Amino acid sequence: METAELTQEEQFQTRIDADVRIEPKDWMPEAYRKTLIRQISQHAHSEIVGMLPEGNWITRAPSLKRKAILLAKVQDEAGHGLYLYSAAETLGASRDQLLADLHSGKAKYSSIFNYPTLSWADMGTIGWLVDGAAILNQVPLCRTSYGPYARAMVRVCKEESFHQRQGFEIMQTLCEGAPAQKAMAQDALNRWWWPTLMMFGPKDADSPNTEQSMKWRIKRFTNDELRQKFVDMMVPQAEFLGLTVPDAQLQWNEQKQGYDFGDVDWAEFWDVVKGNGPCSRERVQARVDAWNEGAWVREAALAHAEKRKQRAETAAA
Amino acid sequence: MSQKEWPLWEVFIRSKQGLDHKHVGSLHAADAEMAIQNARDVYTRRLEGVSIWVVESKHVHASNPDDAAAFYEPANDKIYRHPTFYTVPDSIKHM
Ligand SMILES: [Fe+2]
Ligand SMILES: [Fe+2]
Repeated sequence: METAELTQEEQFQTRIDADVRIEPKDWMPEAYRKTLIRQISQHAHSEIVGMLPEGNWITRAPSLKRKAILLAKVQDEAGHGLYLYSAAETLGASRDQLLADLHSGKAKYSSIFNYPTLSWADMGTIGWLVDGAAILNQVPLCRTSYGPYARAMVRVCKEESFHQRQGFEIMQTLCEGAPAQKAMAQDALNRWWWPTLMMFGPKDADSPNTEQSMKWRIKRFTNDELRQKFVDMMVPQAEFLGLTVPDAQLQWNEQKQGYDFGDVDWAEFWDVVKGNGPCSRERVQARVDAWNEGAWVREAALAHAEKRKQRAETAAA
Repeated sequence: MSQKEWPLWEVFIRSKQGLDHKHVGSLHAADAEMAIQNARDVYTRRLEGVSIWVVESKHVHASNPDDAAAFYEPANDKIYRHPTFYTVPDSIKHM
């Protein structure tokens, strides 16, 4: 057999190149496992922390309908986090360790959730823009090389389009409303546009891991490719709403059949990544508090389960 | 404050009557009852299921992928197990 001459790592790469999915018990390079655990858990943390800025508006949604929708959306994000933690655990990561890393600040999550949600229009903008960006990131991941991650992403993607549409609908309603409502929508777009562009990560030139991740098919497009797609997708939608994208350099480029656009403020991006975003401390603290305040519930449930088990055993004896 | 993690459960869902239960993922729960309730909330928010099975992950035994070649080899050379192995005269119908 010719494959006998290939190293384990070369055989692994051959499978990846042939688009054969890798499953939990298959052999994989340690670096592949580590990269995946980091990427999947970072993604899971983003879903969980991402509930906070929107959760902020559940009690103040303008109608019962909007409240029910927002509640369902935020509940979906909890589900996304759980699908992803479950995928990370198939790689041998422990849930408690993953959470501990989030709480200590060792693990990262998407920088976008470190910005405050100041008005109801932010709920529209997050659904429309932020979930829109997440969809662009996530759709290619449905074909990512690691089976459990790809399957989790299929589930996530099915639910995301509701998120984006409900956001767009909020924007549309505001934009068709009173001048004050439209101004609120424009203000939200002004604040969220640039942080959303940051969601695709650093420029390709500053993203040293991209090449290996593309080779492993953990990632299927580069950061800059996705950012370009996003701008091309969103500008016409903003125009439909009658909103102005806050970028003086934004211009259609006939030759590349895409928009030219201004550069992200990378100093701000790195500062937020380092934990200095406007809400960074508040977000992590909210997760730590939830974990600590839930400790007695976790303990009580285990004690209860243990007691019931023992009672059943005694009854059977 | 170190404490035990809730056990891990594998979740299987029958999406509609007449179909098999299919593995959908896992979750943590203190006991089977809680695992089923959590599975409903995590995996069936849009009517994805009519029946849920949960099995504690530690009870699942799996074949070893490293042995796959040898393990499934016995089925490899028995092409006579497939109907396409047999030629049926054109004039024979309904076979
Ligand atoms: Fe999500
Ligand atoms: Fe979402």
